[in-house]
Amino acid sequence: MKTTGRVNGIISNIVIVKADGPVGQNEICHVYVGDTKMMAEVIKVVGDDAYVQVFDSTRGLKIGDKVEFEGHMLEATLAPGMLSKNYDGLQNDLEKMEGLFIDRGSLTDPIDYDSTWEFTPLAKEGDKVSAASWLGEVKEQWINHKIMVPFVMTGSYTVKSIVKAGTYKVTDTVAVVTDSEGTEYPITMVQKWPVKQAIRAYTEKPRPSRVMETGVRAIDTFNPLAEGGTGFIPGPFGAGKTVLQHAISKQAEAEVIIIVACGERANEVVEIFKEFPELVDPRTGHKLMERTIIICNTSNMPVAAREASVYTGMTIGEYYRAMGLKVLVMADSTSRWAQALREMSNRLEELPGQDAFPMDLSAIISNFYARAGLVKLTNGETGSVTFLGTVSPAGGNLKEPVTESTKKAARCFYALSQGRADSKRYPAIDPLDSYSKYLEYPEVREYLDEKIEKDWVDAVYEGKTFVQRGKEANDQINILGDDGVPVEYHERFWKSELLDFVILQQDAFDDIDANCPIERQKMMYKMVLDICRHDFTFTDFEQCSQFFKGLINLFRQMNYAEWKSEKFEQYKQQIEQYVTEKSK
Amino acid sequence: MTTRAFQKIYTKIDNITKATVTLRADGVGNDELATVGGKLAQVVKIMGQNVTLQVFAGTEGIATNSEVIFHGEPPKLKVSDNLAGRFFNAYGEPLEGGEAVEGEAREIGGPTVNPFKRLQPSELIATGIAGIDLNNTIVTGQKIPFFADPDQPYNAVMANVALRAKADKIILGGMGLTNDDFLYFKSVFENAGALDRIVSFVNTTENPPVERLLVPDMALTAAEYFAVDKGEKVLVLLTDMTLYADALAIVSNRMDQVPSKDSMPGSLYSDLAKIYEKAVQLPNGGSITIIAVTTLSGGDITHAIPDNTGYITEGQLFLRNDSDTGKVIVDPFRSLSRLKQLVIGKKTREDHPQVMNACVRLYADAANAKTKLENGFDLSDYDERALKFARDYSRKLLAIDINIEITEMLDTAWELFSEYFTKEEVAIKAELIEKYWKA
Repeated sequence: MKTTGRVNGIISNIVIVKADGPVGQNEICHVYVGDTKMMAEVIKVVGDDAYVQVFDSTRGLKIGDKVEFEGHMLEATLAPGMLSKNYDGLQNDLEKMEGLFIDRGSLTDPIDYDSTWEFTPLAKEGDKVSAASWLGEVKEQWINHKIMVPFVMTGSYTVKSIVKAGTYKVTDTVAVVTDSEGTEYPITMVQKWPVKQAIRAYTEKPRPSRVMETGVRAIDTFNPLAEGGTGFIPGPFGAGKTVLQHAISKQAEAEVIIIVACGERANEVVEIFKEFPELVDPRTGHKLMERTIIICNTSNMPVAAREASVYTGMTIGEYYRAMGLKVLVMADSTSRWAQALREMSNRLEELPGQDAFPMDLSAIISNFYARAGLVKLTNGETGSVTFLGTVSPAGGNLKEPVTESTKKAARCFYALSQGRADSKRYPAIDPLDSYSKYLEYPEVREYLDEKIEKDWVDAVYEGKTFVQRGKEANDQINILGDDGVPVEYHERFWKSELLDFVILQQDAFDDIDANCPIERQKMMYKMVLDICRHDFTFTDFEQCSQFFKGLINLFRQMNYAEWKSEKFEQYKQQIEQYVTEKSK
Repeated sequence: MTTRAFQKIYTKIDNITKATVTLRADGVGNDELATVGGKLAQVVKIMGQNVTLQVFAGTEGIATNSEVIFHGEPPKLKVSDNLAGRFFNAYGEPLEGGEAVEGEAREIGGPTVNPFKRLQPSELIATGIAGIDLNNTIVTGQKIPFFADPDQPYNAVMANVALRAKADKIILGGMGLTNDDFLYFKSVFENAGALDRIVSFVNTTENPPVERLLVPDMALTAAEYFAVDKGEKVLVLLTDMTLYADALAIVSNRMDQVPSKDSMPGSLYSDLAKIYEKAVQLPNGGSITIIAVTTLSGGDITHAIPDNTGYITEGQLFLRNDSDTGKVIVDPFRSLSRLKQLVIGKKTREDHPQVMNACVRLYADAANAKTKLENGFDLSDYDERALKFARDYSRKLLAIDINIEITEMLDTAWELFSEYFTKEEVAIKAELIEKYWKA
C-alpha cells in the first residue's frame, strides 16, 4: 500500500508532509490542491516529516491537503518514439499539453503508448543476456532503436521466448527472460530508470580517442572536442554562448542530439522548435529534428524541475548510448541548474558554502560530468555520450564556484571573452585561455594523424604560438607606439590577426561560413599557416598592415564562398598571387 | 477588498516583525491575501497552524490584537478594455479617485505560456533611433532593458520609444518612480494624445517599497489580457527594475534567508525571469514586448541585478554621453539585441547586417586611435579618417535625438563609408559593395 501524508507546512515550493508510513529520500510523491495533482520529490526526512520540493506552484495549497507517495524515485521513461519530442524537465510531452498556458499539474505521457513498431529480433531463445543486452530492434526515424533488457535487471538471464519479426505495440511483450531460478520476466519496449543514477550497463569506459567534428573552426582546429568527451563554455552574457551551442547542435557529427534548455530563455528554444524541423543534416540528408530531443525547462518554468531536467537529458543520452550510438548532450546553462540547487538549499536552511551555493556543489557537478563518456558495450560495440555544458558566471567572473567546479570536471574549456564579443569577434572563444586536454592524448594525436594529416597536432600548437606571439607583439606596440617597435613586431601582430580573422572567427549567420567541414578547415588552416611561417620584408608598419588587411579581406571572401566553387578557387588564386607578389 | 459575511476574523497576532506578522489560523492557502489591521498582506509561509503574512505597507501601527481577515484568494486584477487610459496603484486600485474598473478578476503572476505554443518573434519594432534600429533592432515578443546610470535620461528615452513604436497598448509599470517622473510620463502621454492606449500601474517613492513587488505582475496581467484575449501588440515598460530587486532583498532579509551575491536573495534569477519571460509572441498575432530600465551603480554591470538581468533578457541597451559630439548615444559596443538576427536583412534591406557590423568595427578602430592619441602617439592616415568617421557616425546615427527610417540609416552609413574609407577597408561582401557603394 502506498504511503500517504498530509501537508503540514509550506515555504514557497518546499512543503512539509506528515507521512503515515515509510518514505524514501528522493522518492516521488504527488501533492493535491483540490483535484489538481502536482509532482514533488522528497529532499529531506525528519522523523515523520518529509520535506518535499514541489515541481509546480504551491499557490492555494493548504495545511491538511492530501499527499501520496509513489515508492520510486524520479524516473525517465525510455522507449522508441522519443526522438523529435519536446519535453519539459520531468519528461512531460509539451506538444500534448492543451491550452496556451502550462496549467498546474499538466502531466502528459512521454511516449505514445498506442504506437506500434516494426520489431526485428536480434536475440534468440536460449541466449544468455543481462541488463542492456540487445533483444531486438525497431526503426525509430532512421536509427535502429535497440530493445534491450531493462537496465534495472541485475544478474544474468536466459531468453525463454522472443516474438517473431512483425508489428507490435510499444507495450506488448516482445520477449520473456528467466533468471537462474526460472522466474519469468516479460519484457516490453518500455523501461524506466531513475534519472539521478548513472546507467552502468557496459563493460568498460576507455579513454576517448576520436574527435567529434562540430564545423566550428575555433573548436575543431584549435581545441577539438573528443567523442565521449566533456567540455564547457563559460562566458558573460552577450558573449554568444547560446549561438555557439546552437551551431554545434546543428552541425555536430552525432547520431542523437539532446538539447537541455535549462533555465534559459524561452525564445531561444522556440528558435530550435521552428528551425530544426526545417534544417537538413548535411551528413545524413535527414531533418535535424529527427535526431534531436529537446528537454525544455525555461527560466520561468518551475525551478525544482530545472534541476531534474539535466538529469532527464543525461539519462536519455545514456539510453541511446547503450544502443551503440554517438550521442551529444548539451545543457544551456548548468549555472541555472546550480542556482536551482542553491534555492533549494536556501529554503532548507542549510549552512551555505561560497556565494550561498550548497557545500557539495563541486561533487554534484563532477558526478554529473562523469556520466558522459565512451563505453564498450557488453556485445563489444561502442557508444558514446559527449557532454557540452554552458556556464553563466555571475558578473563574468570565472572564479565563481560553478565555473571553478566545472573546470575540475570537464576536459575542454571554451572561454568566451567579453573583449572579443565587444569587438564582434565571434565566436568569442578566447584562443589563449581555452584548452582541450584531448590534444595531449596520444590516442587523439594518432587519430588526427590519420584523419587529417601527419603531425596535425604539432601544426595546431604552432598556430597557437603564432597567436601568442602576436598578442605579445601587440602589447608592445600599445606600450611603445607604432613607430617605437621594429616592423617585425607589426608583422607578428598581423599574422595573429590573420589567424584570428580567417580561422578563429566564423559567421554563424552565414549559410556557408557557419559550417566548415574538417577538410575545408584543414585546407584553410594550412594556407594561413604557410603565410604565417613566411618572413616578409616590409619597409614600414603601414605597408605591413595594408598588406595583411588586403589578405584578410580576400580570405574572408573565400570563407563566404562555396567550397570548391569557381569563386572559391578564384579567391584562392588571388591570394596565392597576392602573397607571391609580396614575397618577391 | 470587502469583508464577506462568512469570513472568520482573527484578533490575536503572535509575532510582529518590520514586514511580517505571524498568527495561528486554519484553512489558509499559500499565497492568499489577507487584511491585517486594514493593510493588505499576503501569506508567505505556513507551518502547521502558524501562518506568516507579509504586510506590503509595513507593520507600523499593527498591534497584537489587530484584525486579520483572510480573503481566500491570491492577488487579482479585474481586466477589461476599460483599463485603457487609467492610472492604478500597485494593488490595481485607481489612482486619483475614479470608478474602479469592472471586469473578470484574474490571478496575477499566473502560469507560463507553453514554450511549444510560442511563435518565433519576427516583427520589427521601429523606434527611429539608429542606435536601436540599425545596431540593436528590437522585435515584438522581445525583452530588453536599458542599463543606465541614474543620471541618464532613461525615462525620457523610454517614453520616446514607447510613443514612436507602433504598439496597440502601452503598459507602464512604475516602481519607485519619483513623483516628478510619474508626472512626466503622464504629461508626455497626454500631450501625444496617446492616453487611450496606455495603462499605468505606479508605485512612487512615496509608497512603501514592498508594494512594488506587485507592480510587474499587475502590469503583465493586464498585458496578457490585451495580448492573449484581444490579440493586440502590447509594449510593457518597467522602470526601475533595480528598485524592484531591492524590494525583493528587503523581504528576503526580513524572512531570515541566507543572502547570496550582493545581498540579493538566491532566487533573484528566477524572480526576475518570471517577469521578463512573460514577453511572448503569440500564435494569435498578439505579443508582449518588455522594455525595462535597470539602473546601475557607477556603471557596474557585474552587480547581481544587472548581471542576472543580462542573462535573462534578450540583450541590453547602454546609454552613453559622447564627449566628442556632446550627445547622448546608444553605446554600440556594449549594447546588444539578441533577436535582431531574426529581422535584419530579412525584414530590412539585405545589406543591414554587414553595414551594421562594418560600422561598429570601424568605430572600434576609431576608439583605438583615440587611445593612441591620448597616449601621445602619432596617428596614421587611417586613424585620422577613422576618427572623423566616428564623429559623423555618432552625430548622424547614434545620437538618440535622431528620428529616421532604417533605409535612410543604411544610406547614411554607406555615405560615411565612401567618404572616409576605401572599399577594402570597409571589407563587406563584394556583391553588396557593388550595389550600394556611393561613388
